Amino acid sequence: MITFKKGGVHPEENKFTNSNPIEIFPIPSQVTLFTGQHLGVPAVPVVDKGDVVKVGQLVARGEAFISANIHSPVSGVVQKIEPVADALGHKKTAIVINVEDDVWEEKIDRSPDIIATITRTKEEIINTMKDCGIVGLGGACFPVHVKYMVPPDKKVDYLLINAAECEPYITTDYRVMIEHGKECLIGIEAMLKASGAPVALIGVENNKRDAIRHLTKLAKDHPNIKIRPLKVKYPQGAEKQLIQALTNRRVPAGKLPIEVGVIVNNITTTFAVYEAVQKNKPLIETFTTVTGKKVMEKRNYRIRLGTPIMDVLNSVGIPENTKKIIAGGPMMGKAIANLNSFAVKGMSSLLMMDDAESYRGDVANCLRCGRCVTVCPMGLEPVLLQPLAEQSRWEECEKNGIMNCIECGSCQFECPANRPLLDFIRLGKHNTGLMIRNRKN
Amino acid sequence: MSISIILLAAAVLGAIAIIAAVILYFVSKAFRVIEDPRIDEVADLLPAANCGGCGFAGCRNFAEAIVKAGSMEGLNCPAGGESVVNAVAAVLGLEAVLGEPQIAVVRCQGSCEFAPAKSHYEGAPSCSFANSLFVGESACPNGCLGLGDCVRSCNFDAIYIDDMTKLPVIDNEKCVACGACVKACPRMLVELRNKGKKDRRIFVSCRNTEKGAAAKRNCSVACIGCGKCLKACAFEAITLKNNLAYIDSDKCKLCRKCVAECPTGAIVECNFPPKKEQRAAEEIVNEPANN
Repeated sequence: MITFKKGGVHPEENKFTNSNPIEIFPIPSQVTLFTGQHLGVPAVPVVDKGDVVKVGQLVARGEAFISANIHSPVSGVVQKIEPVADALGHKKTAIVINVEDDVWEEKIDRSPDIIATITRTKEEIINTMKDCGIVGLGGACFPVHVKYMVPPDKKVDYLLINAAECEPYITTDYRVMIEHGKECLIGIEAMLKASGAPVALIGVENNKRDAIRHLTKLAKDHPNIKIRPLKVKYPQGAEKQLIQALTNRRVPAGKLPIEVGVIVNNITTTFAVYEAVQKNKPLIETFTTVTGKKVMEKRNYRIRLGTPIMDVLNSVGIPENTKKIIAGGPMMGKAIANLNSFAVKGMSSLLMMDDAESYRGDVANCLRCGRCVTVCPMGLEPVLLQPLAEQSRWEECEKNGIMNCIECGSCQFECPANRPLLDFIRLGKHNTGLMIRNRKN
Repeated sequence: MSISIILLAAAVLGAIAIIAAVILYFVSKAFRVIEDPRIDEVADLLPAANCGGCGFAGCRNFAEAIVKAGSMEGLNCPAGGESVVNAVAAVLGLEAVLGEPQIAVVRCQGSCEFAPAKSHYEGAPSCSFANSLFVGESACPNGCLGLGDCVRSCNFDAIYIDDMTKLPVIDNEKCVACGACVKACPRMLVELRNKGKKDRRIFVSCRNTEKGAAAKRNCSVACIGCGKCLKACAFEAITLKNNLAYIDSDKCKLCRKCVAECPTGAIVECNFPPKKEQRAAEEIVNEPANN
């Protein structure tokens, strides 16, 4: 079984919601859409207070190179545009829409029929991705069309589809593969056309055998798409690790996957691309697993963007003693500081943890056991980087490769002394990045 | 072992030593570094704390700079204070230029009482890390995070975190206004202000630039940018920018009119005696301000 070479850990899987079909979450009475739901520059609102909008109408345009359009997930009236606190508590510009009915834009095809033939050209597909505001739904929310703007001197050899879903608890990718496998493969065909790659490889971790079997069966009609089972190991779904597992290529430090002729996209992104290219449907929903050990009614939801997080949590019931709620998986997700926030693109999970589970453990002195070095998939030395970052020695951090850290958290997960390794490495990475940028300017 | 071997060894080593000494003598003549002897004298007078308060990397660099400059204008050793500056001036035969004595103040009163926590943080104990992660426990985007980056930055042991308020407190006696904590605070809450007559100071203890209602929601002692203090001030010492008032410590005459006027209590006076009517009523205990 193939996998990446160095490091990696095996967190408890806890994929409780594997057998729960995706349910459509009811439309709330008001949605709040942040203009910055993606990596890069926030979009600029193109609607005003009082405007009537339909489902799928453009409400904010991504004007910068790395930015993404935002569309109204509901029909109704724009109530206001003002700064609203996001899940981390920072005030961000948001468009508040009062919901009236459910009127869709005419151009969006809402029929359940699957359209297999791709009529659009390469440029049209990339432009559709851009217009429809598709971002990577694996978690980073990187605007997808940017990846397909391949520099003229580069050639794409492989399109890699990340269906590893190595984060514990999350099951949306798995459910999308099972329920929308056909659409995903058509989406991949469109992406192959857009990238010019001859072959697409879908990497699926071996704990999702149903999905592997299902996709292999479907892929008989698609000779360019191959399914590759992967050994279960975290962080298999990290871009560089997946590239290494599937193609045995190594992305040089500080470079993008295109450097080695690879584009990586998430499996749920392929479904969004299918909907955009074949059905003209912009990205207005997020697939979210609502889960937790103590949650009775664990669910996989399809949620309209801008839905209050509290609505979603209340629909399954917040268990007593819930101490921490995480947006995203337990390894890389961020704890929510402000529960009165709203669903955003790429919110793949809402995970509720109780006292015992969220407790990080008492911090002890470093034992010098070197386990963090063993598990680091990037071959770094967290044991060295953490004190350097703690003492603000940014130049030494840079020399020791802090910028290569993918923030997977394996080191901190493995540390027997519960040291806040990743916390300080993140701080170091942030400040070292600032230092490097200042030096360039 | 015969005695001749010992004698031979001694003779050879002695010869090598003499040759090396001759070489070293000429090398030291040829490559002599001429250094102003006053630099050493000045460096000996400095406190050797290497705090960086003067703006140089260390005390030695400061000594070099001051000897080279030939004037004490703009060069000050805040850690050493008046006595050191006078001593250095005497050595160099210059006139001592003493700036207004300064002290660090923390411009936040968002204690657990005034700005109750809305979330709980248990990550690494570092303000700059917490600041990069989220808005802070009190949900005030400008408020003190209370994790003590300033405490760790202080070379003079002049800052500690109050157990009750979870805010940093600056020891007036120990603070030398070197400015290390000003640089350490990721939210720029520490400011160097004039020490003032009899150590009396008035300042706006808030950095929140949100609109009044939003600021008040998270903290009851926030500056809401109402501008009342602006009208009360007879000396034009107060300016209002981005919903936040600021008192210029050079212009402030310590009349305390703004303190009485502030509806939220964001303006703090410290080291003033209690007002007469208060003393008479004996109702309000004049708490020492957190600075």
